[in-house]
Amino acid sequence: MKIAVCIKQVPTREWQPRLTDDRRWVRDTDISYEMNEPDAYALEEALRLKEKHGGEVVVISAGPARVQQVIREALARGADRAIHVQDDALGVADAWAGALAVAAAVKDEGFDIVLTGLQSDDQGHGQFGPVLAERLGMPHSTIIMEVQIADGRLRAKRELEGGWFQYVTMPLPALLTIQSGINQLRYATLKGIMAAKKKDIRVAAPAAPVASRTRVVSLSLPQKSKQTAMIGGTPQEAARELVRRLREEARAL
Amino acid sequence: MILVVAEQKDGRLNRASWETVAAAQALAAGTAPITVAVFGHDVAGAAADLAAADVAAVWAVSHEALASYTPDAYVTAVADVVAQLQPTYVCLPHTYQTRDFAPVLAARLDRALVTDITGLVRRDGAVLFTRPMFQGKLVAEVAADGPAPHLLSWQIGAFRADAAARGAGAPVTTRAAGIDPAAFRQQAEPPFQEAKAAVDLSQAERIVAVGRGIKAQEHVALAEKLAQAFGAELAASRPICDNGWLPMERQIGSSGQTVAPKLYVAIGISGAIQHLVGMKGSRTIVAINKDADAPIFEVADYGIQGDLFELAPAIIAELGAS
Repeated sequence: MKIAVCIKQVPTREWQPRLTDDRRWVRDTDISYEMNEPDAYALEEALRLKEKHGGEVVVISAGPARVQQVIREALARGADRAIHVQDDALGVADAWAGALAVAAAVKDEGFDIVLTGLQSDDQGHGQFGPVLAERLGMPHSTIIMEVQIADGRLRAKRELEGGWFQYVTMPLPALLTIQSGINQLRYATLKGIMAAKKKDIRVAAPAAPVASRTRVVSLSLPQKSKQTAMIGGTPQEAARELVRRLREEARAL
Repeated sequence: MILVVAEQKDGRLNRASWETVAAAQALAAGTAPITVAVFGHDVAGAAADLAAADVAAVWAVSHEALASYTPDAYVTAVADVVAQLQPTYVCLPHTYQTRDFAPVLAARLDRALVTDITGLVRRDGAVLFTRPMFQGKLVAEVAADGPAPHLLSWQIGAFRADAAARGAGAPVTTRAAGIDPAAFRQQAEPPFQEAKAAVDLSQAERIVAVGRGIKAQEHVALAEKLAQAFGAELAASRPICDNGWLPMERQIGSSGQTVAPKLYVAIGISGAIQHLVGMKGSRTIVAINKDADAPIFEVADYGIQGDLFELAPAIIAELGAS
């Protein structure tokens, strides 16, 4: 089975954003990067599907040269080869532009199944997977917590709101967006890291100019919806003041 | 004109549909007529409810293949209505169902989709949409480019359902959906719950919720002690349940339970939108986080920036002492 997994390189969770002078984007010189968390779960699920059904896992990422960091990491964890759709504009492009660039670069690969995370921890459009499915002519389902494949058909457990689930079946090839927590992640071994150095990364340029459909006009820190009383002091002082105010002011105790 | 895609389950509208009507009314600002369409098999009742809204028209779009949701069915049915009405905007509630089909709908229509919208601003004659980015660390004002219609999905709680203006009774028309079920590729099985939640957190008076900041499973015991000291139920953000440190039934947020207790104490929770939608209705919110810029402080009444491993024992001691 030919399994594809699309991953995105995103700023680490600890990163504190600083804006560019025009306040339209973040200063990328300040960023350290990691693999988008839901994509890491999608990669793990892809590796498990290969262990069960055989075949190969192809990791795909769109972005500037820097995204080879997460491509190498995916290869070290066990992906067999990679496709890097490389263009500086893809670093800030929206999900629409990214999906179109990837679709054009992989349309002749003939994947049986394509997995990706349900959304990215940076822009968070939650559109890349379904748009890619449409452009590849595949059926899809989103926010998946379990993947079963038998007799050329896919049965996936889709998460609904408030603790509800539903199984959805569809023919292969198909695309699924994976929810965090679907599995337990593996980490790269030293052997895997060494092996990754010899694995193939095909670099493809976008087939058409990268054009987003959504445009960030400005970025800002969130406005507080409440007047937050920040309590300072030593831990003991802060604890005393908090408990006092919860009791006397908020009457919550 | 503006098209609103309402969402129903078993013939009943969800609250998010009314919130989206309110959003569409704010977007229209009285200058564009609004049509609300509800899709399903037996949607006459839902359409009659929607007719109470101050809108120009309600469409009940019916087909037995729309009885249970699948993305192919909804994409085709909504695309057909868009083709008939030629709206400027299509407004949808940012539910799991919309997240499943709206991107495909946008791709098929070849139009822009802005997701997860929390508000609307008009600047220099342009309409911009606010949405969180970078896990809520920043808010973006976003413009949709390209020809109309622009598709917009509105975050839960962005507008209040009771803010949707009521009218004199909008005309309801029933239409057969223009769809061909033979072309649908997905089949959906009935929804189910994994296990009946043993704890109903929505009934709890006080909740202590723990997030990534707790760092390791062995520290969850500290959060449990804090919950006991407050006389509170223990809950968690999604990553804690993903790791198996607490059962899924204790998860607060869009994929877990929605709560509004008297007191909500969030420790080591940064406050991604998926968590905030599940708890921001709480009466008093306390946030303890090492990061002063964590989005959780935006909704907190009381905040302490600091090390939870020092603060939690101090609070436990303080609660025990008095």
